[in-house]
Amino acid sequence: MRVNEIYPPGKHFLMGNEALVIGALLAKCRFYAGYPITPSSEIMNLMARYLPLVNGVFIQMEDEIASIISIIGASLAGARAMTATSGPGFSLMQEGIGYAIMAEIPIVVVDVMRAGPSTGQATKAAQGDVMQARWGRHGDQEIIAIAPASAQEMLDLTIHAFNLADKYRVPVIILSDEIVGHAEEIVLVPNEEDIVIYPRKEPLTKDEPLFGGDGINIAPFPTLGKGFNVLVTGSTHTEYGYRKTQDPETHKRLVNHLVNKIRINRDEIINYSVHGDEDARIGIIAYGSVYRSALEALNMARNEGIKVKLFRPITLWPSPDGEMRKFAEDLDFLIVPELNTKMYALEVERAVRGNFEVLSLNKIGGGLPIYPEEILGFIKKVR
Amino acid sequence: MESNVNLIHPYVGKYLRKEVMPHGMCPGCGNMSIANTLIRAIDKKYGSFDKFVFVSGIGCAAWIPSPHFLADTVHVVHGRAIPAATGIKLANPELNVIVISGDGDLAAIGGNHLFHAARRNIDIITILVNNFNYGMTGGQLAPTTPVNARTITTPYGNIEEPFNLAKLIAEAGANYVARWTIVHVLQLEKSLMRALDIEGFRFIEVLSPCTTRFIRWNMKSLNELLDYFKNNSVNIKVASEDDIKSGKIIVGEFAERDRIGYLRRYRKLIDRALSLWR
Ligand SMILES: Cc1ncc(C[n+]2csc(CCOP(=O)(O)OP(=O)(O)O)c2C)c(N)n1
Repeated sequence: MRVNEIYPPGKHFLMGNEALVIGALLAKCRFYAGYPITPSSEIMNLMARYLPLVNGVFIQMEDEIASIISIIGASLAGARAMTATSGPGFSLMQEGIGYAIMAEIPIVVVDVMRAGPSTGQATKAAQGDVMQARWGRHGDQEIIAIAPASAQEMLDLTIHAFNLADKYRVPVIILSDEIVGHAEEIVLVPNEEDIVIYPRKEPLTKDEPLFGGDGINIAPFPTLGKGFNVLVTGSTHTEYGYRKTQDPETHKRLVNHLVNKIRINRDEIINYSVHGDEDARIGIIAYGSVYRSALEALNMARNEGIKVKLFRPITLWPSPDGEMRKFAEDLDFLIVPELNTKMYALEVERAVRGNFEVLSLNKIGGGLPIYPEEILGFIKKVR
Repeated sequence: MESNVNLIHPYVGKYLRKEVMPHGMCPGCGNMSIANTLIRAIDKKYGSFDKFVFVSGIGCAAWIPSPHFLADTVHVVHGRAIPAATGIKLANPELNVIVISGDGDLAAIGGNHLFHAARRNIDIITILVNNFNYGMTGGQLAPTTPVNARTITTPYGNIEEPFNLAKLIAEAGANYVARWTIVHVLQLEKSLMRALDIEGFRFIEVLSPCTTRFIRWNMKSLNELLDYFKNNSVNIKVASEDDIKSGKIIVGEFAERDRIGYLRRYRKLIDRALSLWR
């Protein structure tokens, strides 16, 4: 069955989590393993309904550890594979994500953020996993994390996430939140034929290196069962997969490649948007659901004759740090509203290099969005 | 020194990677005899490693396939060989997926996955090397360490009961379950051949010596353990209540069922789903 037989091209009224499922199906994700957790469960429920129809595999695993590891296995066997979870499950998945980084296995992991720590508030929106997405694993690493802000983006950015994962042989994290996941909005479902799928680069010969590279060149992906006799390991390994854990050079070469392939290609990976009056001296940096409120606040401010500009990182990691620095150059005030007690604002501070104080506007506990009126009120107060 | 004698094992170059020979397992360790027996079974049945994928976790036993086997080998994080194998098999059902790992890896940190794989009857073979302890990390307590045995973390003797893994996995629903010791290579080979023939979850536990750790803490020599294996193993077919109570090693086939495997069930599910939608 075709995906468009389930969701015909055109306008639909759907919640973000459902739009994400359509994106995954259109991106030819054909393996899903997961463990239920609010507020991500709709993704799993719908995958269970639709994957068998498109000849894909859905399996409910015994926990999130099994889920992340089985999508890694499926990816190695050639499938585009995904799992979705929320805070507690995301914590359990970290070792597996680290393995996928080390062994360069493309996967897509969705974290629909809820309030933590621990079980916290299962049904309440938050943006508290921003740093965990970046640093949740042990060891040196780079990762790609993107933050959709609407149901439409849940669809579009999911397709993009699969392409990034395959291109850079890296896990891609879709960092959504309860508001984006559950808000129902109009979504334009594209035609299946129009979807651009980045094909995995396959080795051409039996004796090419299958791992590592020099940051710029990324080794082709050795799908299992094709006669490459591939050695996959999370231990320090050579370009051919042989464990070589005692040699400092091998480790340095491998880890430098893992971080450089993201750092060197950051211009190609990074995605952001800038809004408002270019000459404004009040700036906001916001992502995910909070970006939507910030955009509305900007329009409200403009109606009152206050000039504001807004920078929205779509790619949270690697962060658009240079771009944020440029954005902040001529500002008097820089506001970072977030649904946590201050996280991404720390990255913004690093990016703008302490030229002036970053004002963070934080909200936790109620699961409610930061309303545009609150951002506008904050602007008026600090101005 | 020149020699006319070919000392290279015939499996090297065909089934084993030349680059990693001689292997680094301890003298007297059972791991490479298990490798040898498995390769012999596969050689007899298939004549090559074509379409085989070997998956292992972390530990000495996990090093049996990785990097020694000249095949696709996936060496994952500690305890997670079974979910990795599950993903591989479901994504490409043409592959023969075999998990080989230790008792700590598969039954302690990975225990949950083992029981669920048996319940699901997922179409993979799992070979669990039970050496009664954690070899790689220095000989600590495992969920298979016998009561009173000494390990580096039970220096005054183990006060916990070990799992009876073969029995447990048979109860959990695996299609095929066997237990042998390292002195039963011929029986082990037959079991492996049998396992290669059937679908669903197939589990083989092999009791094996850890010369460097477990034997040093508990015995005078490797031979003491091998003799114990020889003299105290009773086949499940003939084992009496007394044998079980007196702590004999019960070996043999604990389960052989023809429950339909997960994959064939999944294919039926696809048909059902499509017919409901159309
Ligand atoms: C998450 C995690 N915890 C602990 C370890 C350390 N570790 C490596 S091997 C091992 C035990 C392996 O024991 P077993 O599976 O019995 O294999 P053996 O070495 O005895 O063959 C442990 C605890 C690890 N690698 N990862």
